Amino acid sequence: MSPTTLTILAAGGQLILLLALLGAAHAPLGAYMARVYSSSHHTRLERGWYRVVRVDPDAQQHWRSYLMSVLGFSLASVLALYGLGRLQDHLPWDLGFTGLDPAGAWNTAVSFTTNTNWQWYSGEAAAGHLLQMAGLAVQNFVSAAVGMSVAIALVRGFARSGTDARIGNFWADLTRSVVRVLLPISVVAALVLVANGVIQNLDPHTAVTTMTGGAQHVPGGPVASQEAIKELGTNGGGFFNANSAHPFENPNPVTNLLEIFLILLIPTALPRTFGILVGDRRQGWAILGAMTGLLLVAIALTTWAELAGPGAAPQAAGAATEGKETRFGLAASALFAVATTGTSTGAVNAMHDSFTAPGGGVVLFDMLLGEVAPGGVGAGLYGMLILAILAVFVAGLMVGRTPEYLGKKIGRGEMTIVALSVLTTPAIVLVGTAVAVSVEPGLAGVQEPGPHGLTEVLYAFASAGNNNGSAFAGLTSGTPFYNTMLGLAMLAGRFVPIALVLALAGRLASQRSVPASAGTLPTHQPLFVGLVATVALVVVGLTFVPVLSLGPVAESLS
Amino acid sequence: MTHTTLTQAPAPAGDAGSPRPPRRRPGRALTWAQVCSALPGALRGLDPRALWRTPVLLVVEVGAAATTVLAVTDPDVFAWSVTLWLWATALFAALAESIAEARGRAQASSLRATQQQTTARKVLAPLDTIGAATGLGDLPTTDVPSGSLRVGDVVVVVAGETIPGDGDVVEGVASVDESAITGESAPVIRESGGDRCAVTGGTVLLSDRIVVRVTTPPGQSFVDRMIALVEGSERRRTPNEVALNLLLTSLTAVFVLAVATLQPFAVYSGSRQDVLVLVALLVCLIPTTIGALLSAIGIAGMDRLVQRNVLAVSGRAVEAAGDVDVLLLDKTGTITYGNRRASALLPVGRVREAELAAAARLASLADDTPEGRSVVDLVDARFGVPDVVDGGWHLEGGGLPQGSELVAFSAQTRMSGVDLPLHPHVDPLVDPRVGPDGTAPGPRRIRKGAASAVRRWVGSTGARVPQDVAAQLAAHVDAVSRAGGTPLVVAEQVGDAPARVLGVVHLKDVVKDGMRERFDELRAMGIRTVMVTGDNAVTAQAIADEAGVDDVLAEATPEDKLALIRREQEGGRLVAMAGDGTNDAPALAQSDVGVAMASGTSAAKEAGNMVDLDSDPTKLIEIVEIGKQLLITRGALTTFSVANDVAKYFAILPAMFSGLFPQLAVLNVMQLGSPRSAILSAVIFNALIILVLVPLALRGVRYRPSSASALLRRNLWVFGVGGLVAPFAGIKLIDLVVSLIPGL
Repeated sequence: MSPTTLTILAAGGQLILLLALLGAAHAPLGAYMARVYSSSHHTRLERGWYRVVRVDPDAQQHWRSYLMSVLGFSLASVLALYGLGRLQDHLPWDLGFTGLDPAGAWNTAVSFTTNTNWQWYSGEAAAGHLLQMAGLAVQNFVSAAVGMSVAIALVRGFARSGTDARIGNFWADLTRSVVRVLLPISVVAALVLVANGVIQNLDPHTAVTTMTGGAQHVPGGPVASQEAIKELGTNGGGFFNANSAHPFENPNPVTNLLEIFLILLIPTALPRTFGILVGDRRQGWAILGAMTGLLLVAIALTTWAELAGPGAAPQAAGAATEGKETRFGLAASALFAVATTGTSTGAVNAMHDSFTAPGGGVVLFDMLLGEVAPGGVGAGLYGMLILAILAVFVAGLMVGRTPEYLGKKIGRGEMTIVALSVLTTPAIVLVGTAVAVSVEPGLAGVQEPGPHGLTEVLYAFASAGNNNGSAFAGLTSGTPFYNTMLGLAMLAGRFVPIALVLALAGRLASQRSVPASAGTLPTHQPLFVGLVATVALVVVGLTFVPVLSLGPVAESLS
Repeated sequence: MTHTTLTQAPAPAGDAGSPRPPRRRPGRALTWAQVCSALPGALRGLDPRALWRTPVLLVVEVGAAATTVLAVTDPDVFAWSVTLWLWATALFAALAESIAEARGRAQASSLRATQQQTTARKVLAPLDTIGAATGLGDLPTTDVPSGSLRVGDVVVVVAGETIPGDGDVVEGVASVDESAITGESAPVIRESGGDRCAVTGGTVLLSDRIVVRVTTPPGQSFVDRMIALVEGSERRRTPNEVALNLLLTSLTAVFVLAVATLQPFAVYSGSRQDVLVLVALLVCLIPTTIGALLSAIGIAGMDRLVQRNVLAVSGRAVEAAGDVDVLLLDKTGTITYGNRRASALLPVGRVREAELAAAARLASLADDTPEGRSVVDLVDARFGVPDVVDGGWHLEGGGLPQGSELVAFSAQTRMSGVDLPLHPHVDPLVDPRVGPDGTAPGPRRIRKGAASAVRRWVGSTGARVPQDVAAQLAAHVDAVSRAGGTPLVVAEQVGDAPARVLGVVHLKDVVKDGMRERFDELRAMGIRTVMVTGDNAVTAQAIADEAGVDDVLAEATPEDKLALIRREQEGGRLVAMAGDGTNDAPALAQSDVGVAMASGTSAAKEAGNMVDLDSDPTKLIEIVEIGKQLLITRGALTTFSVANDVAKYFAILPAMFSGLFPQLAVLNVMQLGSPRSAILSAVIFNALIILVLVPLALRGVRYRPSSASALLRRNLWVFGVGGLVAPFAGIKLIDLVVSLIPGL
């Protein structure tokens, strides 16, 4: 079966519309965020908040102090969320659910604090409205803001010259990210979602009798408000188990496109902010170019795989429609899947387990690359900048100078940080997967033996280690083993890179900037864009080739 | 005025201004003899203790040791072949470094020949009296071995003796043969005081007698340090080498992880892998190529500097040379020829240009200064060597007549010239100055010099210069000065008649050939050139424009130079400069790459981080290129090494798993013979590529000055794409051979 011309046209049209929307928002939002993070003005609301938490938003923090603030804030978030989960049956709006078990509460607390939003539970069957609103939705905002703050701190490292490793104020960055960027966009997006049929109430789940006499639970809840930030903050934790495949979260193709747009909005605008803050917009274009290059290739491959539907089952059925919403169709599911794994979102509008082997493989590879196409809010930018430094170092020597990026020399100290940071996620993913397929509790969760089962486990650890949160569905992960292991993977996958990135930011900020000359490696030309993408594919990708060949590759070729 | 009778031949003084052809030390091609002589060193390099600092190679060796155990316990052709080639990989890596070191040692031994023990005549005197710089040579001396000399000791050296150590001449002047160090056979003058007082141990005194104060303890002279560097005994890793090694280590760690976790995945999939195969995969994936060649590249970079007669105190300095953003170049001797040269003849009044030319030529024939010779060169080039007798005062071939007297330049007269005798065969029809009666009015005197001095001389002969001629002369003199040149006024007097002004010779600073192109190249490389000169701003700018430098520091004092370097460095730029004088020392010390001239003072040599034995300041540009070439070679081989992995995966992974998943056989794009031959071929390729690239590592990647984008594009194409493609072909070819091994 080959896809009809019409479906290809529809897929292309949808992509062009998405790119046009993102393109229109890119420059204004990027410039707006640059102003937000460099302004010296505090709004009255912010000033009040700073007084409450007793911080001086104008004090420039050394990178260590910035990191301590990030870690302290995140620890407090984990504890608060753990408490909310454990004690939800003693609190209002519990909808009659019991408290979460210790391993489950730990997993959820870590998951939402690390912007992963891995969900071992079904939202509508385990989480009351208070946990959803005060716990999960709040973390959706602040965990995204933490990512943006760290990215901006790194950008400041590039932009500053010869300071004493001070890289801004975490509390100001965090507050502004929430108050000036995430909240306003979320409010507007939530209203649009409500207008399109996404629910927003505090009703309990109602049991109704259908016309045919059957019994059905109709869920209620503040869905639209959470849905908007779920996508905008690249969080991905669904109100319902079915996530964006649920009609109350994502009712029609318009909301579907809006949600994809929201997922990609901030990650694609941040390179602009970066370009403005380092004083050379072309640098921002280059980073964006590498991101979108990888993104478009992934979209093309996945869309092709899903539309062509290689493999025995889709060929027999006529199309790879299993596990996908007919409301959206194959192409929109493929687009959503690439957007959600190219960023750290992990929201899904189709079950990735049901994707064709090559399609699922691309989606998995997207995460394994470190989610830099275009990556989570903030995390994508700093991930790509780390890869850019790596590319500068490998190839930069070939122009006959000590490698430098944006006027900063990449010496021993910088390289140590970059090397460790490139090493972290592969280590987490490979070791985690290897342990899981070697021990009984790990193997117990695998639904299907053979290559597909390996892909399921690898996907889970890739998703957790890269703070994505999407699941391959087949894996039974709500066990103490997986809850603990994946929780550790999420924690390490989030905060080890953050610590390294902030240390790098401090080093760069204290380094004196070198002016560029004709002898400097140009980092704004298409050649460099291709180089960064290639380094990402070769250096990071090569690590996973062996395991991929036993998983999705073996499955694809069968 | 001193008169010298010109009967002896002029002394053949060397032209300090002309560019010297670059001299290379011979024997650079890699020979089998070099490879063989490096083998023992390579075997020593296999000592695991020596490999702690290079984890890539340590992993190779540990892997080879592991497969040896496996091959012994479970012997078959495949196991032994893989083991053999893994050891070969380790050996080739050690060999690369050993070859580079052996070449360095060969270089060093030629330097060391100068460092033999000699006997020194040490002045015996209480230390506190040695401060005085006169009369030291008359003090009693005692013979001591040169190795026992300490800093501050004073020795006497007489003609024919070898100078026992590095030091400064404190008394006397002598010519020294420095060919042992520089390879330059012409002797050089060394004298106390001033900027030419430094002598190098191992050089030979040709004449006279000097008193030298030792400035470096034996064993720590510049040459000693350089020997230690090229031999590798004191080689420290440069910052960039350390950073690159870090990248290689982390890549190794990633692949160790990827291969170590592959076993659980294989077990899960139902196909436990041989440890032997996993080790083979690991060794193929880790960046062994660049890991093996990294130190060889560094040593070879130092070696290339020595070939160009430059000694560096550290590898760091060579690396910094590649990063230089600003070059400070002295005008005189670097950008322009050391001396001014005649460039134009400007006659005044009714004097013909040829007449002025002939007179200027005669006046300069015996003038052995470079300026004087340049006048002769100019006239001969324009009018041809005259063999027609000009008024009887010329000999055949353009020489001076017998009995001519040279009037040497003196600071008082500020003129020089020649007095020509009355020629015996004067033909009154030919020369108008001879009276119709055939009697000559007397001998002919020609003078050239500064305008005011010549005017005064002309006036002293009773001549009255006509108004228009005087105005024209003044205009010419002014124009020449404004163009950055020096006006040389020529006048003559015949017999006792009043003298007359003939015209002006334009002496100008002549920019060396090819300098403009050089600076254009540097600009393309992103390097800014600053010309430093003591000239006034107008003159300096005129020369700067002609040479095409980017910036000028005029009327420069040593302090100005230092301030300029600091200013550039504060802007984050790296500065390179060359210097020789003691007053250059602070600037040399401050600059990132400071090249001292071997002819300079020891203060300058101590302050800089390189010494050019040829004392050629233009060498700076070559040093920068060597630094860049070093970095490019590292980057190119790193890229090549990493790009190679793609093909190796295509060889090994299908071989490992096509038994389990037959569909993976599609990935066997090279159509390799069998799983075992595929794995073995990849291992063999991985080992051989090290050997293949050794010559490249030693020679350095070809470097032509161009912009960074052009360089990147070219090198990415050659080493990135080449690195992707080459192993596919290489592994396939090896597989064709390997498949023939029986029992594999």
